[in-house]
Amino acid sequence: MTYEAHVVALTGTDEGSAAPPRPAIQVVPLKGLPIVAAIMVFLIAAIARNWQWALDLFHVAGGGLWTAIDLFVGLVVGPILGRLSIPARAEFSARFMPKMVLIMPTLVVMTLAAGFQLAVNLGNLAPSNPNHGWLVASFAVVGVMSVIALGVLEPANIAVLFEMRKPEPDGEVITKLMKRFVYAAGVLGVMQVATLVIMSRVSTQ
Amino acid sequence: MTARLSSTATEVPARGLPPITQLQVGALGLVIVGGVYMASYFPRRPPLGLPVALLAGSVALFAIGMIMLARVRDFAWDTFFLVGRWALLAYLIQASMIEFAFVHNHASGPALVVVTLMLMMFAMTIPTVIAFTVARYEVVRGTESHP
Repeated sequence: MTYEAHVVALTGTDEGSAAPPRPAIQVVPLKGLPIVAAIMVFLIAAIARNWQWALDLFHVAGGGLWTAIDLFVGLVVGPILGRLSIPARAEFSARFMPKMVLIMPTLVVMTLAAGFQLAVNLGNLAPSNPNHGWLVASFAVVGVMSVIALGVLEPANIAVLFEMRKPEPDGEVITKLMKRFVYAAGVLGVMQVATLVIMSRVSTQ
Repeated sequence: MTARLSSTATEVPARGLPPITQLQVGALGLVIVGGVYMASYFPRRPPLGLPVALLAGSVALFAIGMIMLARVRDFAWDTFFLVGRWALLAYLIQASMIEFAFVHNHASGPALVVVTLMLMMFAMTIPTVIAFTVARYEVVRGTESHP
């Protein structure tokens, strides 16, 4: 994959002022791929062997990180980002978004795959189980979240990175796409609260 | 090489592109609703009428979107396919993980076929949305047009 593009900083000679150097932009951070691959292999082994402790680890740690990152990005980072200048937003995005390309899908797969296996193993999916209705509700919440995350948030994330790789990135396009990303993350963060309530209920019944 | 970040207050020019994102997200939404419906019955066998109808609707929306996209002139197809193929690889891996979870838990028969077809739609619609979102902002070689 030849995604790496080096974008050189403004020299300042034609603008009369020096701008901070812009970082090299890699859409998919290749160094992170072996870590993702290792997590996926471990996840498959945990499901195949029904390792209860590992399924718990993947589901609880993955879900906690997923929720925390969504809430933090949507409700803390987003409003701050909205008040920054366009070059500052672009510089932040260049460093932040490639990491999100790897982190979020990995957390989502960890949480959902391990969660489904846990539900099967614990019998929570059985219609007679008191948790069945709660789990179906969580499926519905996750379904809506998936449509927003995969149909709105992820495309905006990738498109920002491609815009950043251009010799002359369009600040308005980046702003528009980042706004979409941050709003989507905010909505997902709020929906995560519903998931937290449901999961707390399921784990204590 | 000097790169410049445009920070002028100009609006992103509007371009008359068909509603590909809406159609593909609609197609994705239908298979996710179908998947949630089927998962809510698991490990029992669900009635397949509704999931098959949702799957058919998803395929129809996807096909309409692709036909409309194929008719777009001056579109950055190189970028579309570059992004699309890597995204397809990533989402095929995710879909395979989900398929594995169902097969591992003894899903079989027509229900598994429907789930597999839904996962195929899942793995195709998301890369299409991602690739389209990236390509629409690319300037096509030989033209001055912008999305």
